[in-house]
Amino acid sequence: MSFAHRHLLGIEQLSQSDITAILDLAETYVDLNRQSSKHADVLAGLTQINMFFENSTRTQASFEIAGKRLGADVMNMAMQASSIKKGETLIDTAMTLNAMHPDLLVVRHPHSGAVDLLAQKVNCAVLNAGDGKHEHPTQALLDALTIRRAKGRLHRLNIAICGDVAHSRVARSNLFLLGKMENRIRLIGPPTLVPGQFAEFGAEIYDDMREGLKDVDVVMMLRLQRERMDGGFIPSEREYYHRYGLDVEKLSLAKPDAIVMHPGPMNRGVEIDGTLADDINRSVIQEQVEMGVAVRMAAMELLARNLTTAA
Amino acid sequence: MSDTLFTNARLIDPEGGSDTIGWLHVTDGRIMATGEGAAQQSDTETVDCGGKCLAPGIIDIGVKVCEPGERHKESYKSAGRAAAAGGVTTMVTRPDTTPAIDTPETLEFVTRRAQADTPVNVLPMAALTKGREGREMTEIGFLQDAGAVAFTDCDHVISDTKVFTRALTYARSCGALVMAHPQEPILSKGAAATSGKFSALYGLPSVSPMAERMGLDRDIALLEMTGAKYHADQITTARALPALERAKLNGLDITAGTSVHHLTLNELDVADYRTFFKVKPPLRSEDDRLAVVEAVRTGLIDTISSMHTPQDEESKRLPFEEAAAGAVALETFLPAALRLVHAEYLDLPTLFRAMSLNPAKRLGLDAGRLSVGAPADLVLFDPDVPFVLDRTTLLSKSQNTPFDGQRMQGRVLATFVGGHEVFRRN
Repeated sequence: MSFAHRHLLGIEQLSQSDITAILDLAETYVDLNRQSSKHADVLAGLTQINMFFENSTRTQASFEIAGKRLGADVMNMAMQASSIKKGETLIDTAMTLNAMHPDLLVVRHPHSGAVDLLAQKVNCAVLNAGDGKHEHPTQALLDALTIRRAKGRLHRLNIAICGDVAHSRVARSNLFLLGKMENRIRLIGPPTLVPGQFAEFGAEIYDDMREGLKDVDVVMMLRLQRERMDGGFIPSEREYYHRYGLDVEKLSLAKPDAIVMHPGPMNRGVEIDGTLADDINRSVIQEQVEMGVAVRMAAMELLARNLTTAA
Repeated sequence: MSDTLFTNARLIDPEGGSDTIGWLHVTDGRIMATGEGAAQQSDTETVDCGGKCLAPGIIDIGVKVCEPGERHKESYKSAGRAAAAGGVTTMVTRPDTTPAIDTPETLEFVTRRAQADTPVNVLPMAALTKGREGREMTEIGFLQDAGAVAFTDCDHVISDTKVFTRALTYARSCGALVMAHPQEPILSKGAAATSGKFSALYGLPSVSPMAERMGLDRDIALLEMTGAKYHADQITTARALPALERAKLNGLDITAGTSVHHLTLNELDVADYRTFFKVKPPLRSEDDRLAVVEAVRTGLIDTISSMHTPQDEESKRLPFEEAAAGAVALETFLPAALRLVHAEYLDLPTLFRAMSLNPAKRLGLDAGRLSVGAPADLVLFDPDVPFVLDRTTLLSKSQNTPFDGQRMQGRVLATFVGGHEVFRRN
């Protein structure tokens, strides 16, 4: 099993076999995480720093648990409260941290490309935990693992990605990953939130949700990113819910065994019906969270292996 | 009386559209005589051009020299040396400094600095509104008296059309040239890229190329109203060209420029968020680039500028959205533009029509041509010599060039201003 990357900055740079390698290793961690003793010590002695320049509870917790279960020394830095406020640039912050010899740097930043920039300036492995509207690779990987386990395969599926594609890094990483694995992807949403240019990457675009959901195997909902919008992209949340919110009636157009996914946190009653989100027969939202820890453990282990070979 | 004879030169004459071997005789800083073939023997000082190209020096409208305010990015001294090395014999400088050049006093300061430190000609432009804030017009008359050759708020679009209309009307009464940045200001707000495949994929805030046409359409309407003399600083999209053509056919006093970067690079060159490729307006699609090159060939677009914009490392080593826009270009201007000649889009006289003759005409200068009586502002260059650009060798104080590490073809050998040699490559 080879994984020849120094960093995990995005799905765009990965090959089919890279993706499969991460998912296969993650499967072993799913089993481990369900046992009472959850420790593997493959990262023992390594230092993992989580640098979040943007608020996060779920992703940060997931990375922290993943690192701790693998035996790394994990440190969280809430960057909004720190030197960035004092005018220090991203590069200076990176250089300062680099001097402390971390081995794994997990970074989230509100600007597209910022994690790539940071990765050029440090000696350790960098994991992108979300950069602006660009990529969120571990989210796409955990979605892939969830789909593979629920559907038994990760190719030739009809997958609908619905909602605020324009502001979503999750959508972009998923578009790369699911495209590389040879699935048919539909993007569903109002044209203000689904840029037409995505058609050039082979996705089919629908502004009618009912039409778009016909016969799909997977319905992936996106969160309405109100914090990333400048000005009105939709007239109101109630109209949005009426036209693009997922409820039982719209879901009935998909295949009978279609699964419902959401990267969280959910806006119940805006993009998804609350009861549907909790329906364990259709929704795999809780499983996505579980897979998140396993996928992050796998990604960090693979990067850590390359650290030791490089040194 | 000083005399110089340039012999064995490939004379690039944009006025006659000719490219012939000949000689050129300079007396007291002006072209006295010129002819084809071998020159008659004489005892005057002779420069043997070795069959290389001799063209009118480049007149570059829109150079940013960072005085006053940010001398660490570019001073008149460093810009002047870079210009001389790039074959730019006249820098028409921008007023988007800190503070803006919006009073006769600031303009006089700048003129003094330029005279003391710069081997090439410097013609300053002044702001059209105070502080480039788009609220009150500057003292256009006094600024003209102090030497301002054109008035512009640079990349700040005056969104208040009443203010812009009055400024255009007043400028017309002074016979002043107004240069503007055609762009719909609200649609383009916050944009770091052109909307398209690239920006969608990389998640960058973007602007539709249509914003340029909307900005130009608005400005053209105001020209019809006011009759002012207008130059669009950069036309970079295919969709803006029909509007420009109609305005010219309708007899408005309008000309347009474009930048060498928009002629030679496209949106995909930004690749992995390379901030040295961030310019304003953002790089466009390949279709737009080709349309603009064709418009330069036909003469619909009149001038090419370097849009030289020095930025230090600190302004560029930031996430793409936060990074400053602009690229240095005085020294790479000619080699980059020669790509269009090597790719056979343009011939050399056409290129120099856009880089020397037309800018001179628009500013009412007698330079920019090889005709008798014109100032001997000349560039001698080898259009074919290949090299790889190393940005650390640039003479500008800032080295933010998108061409770092790229193969270029064509280099300036020597530059003359008023008959005096101001640069020679060793």
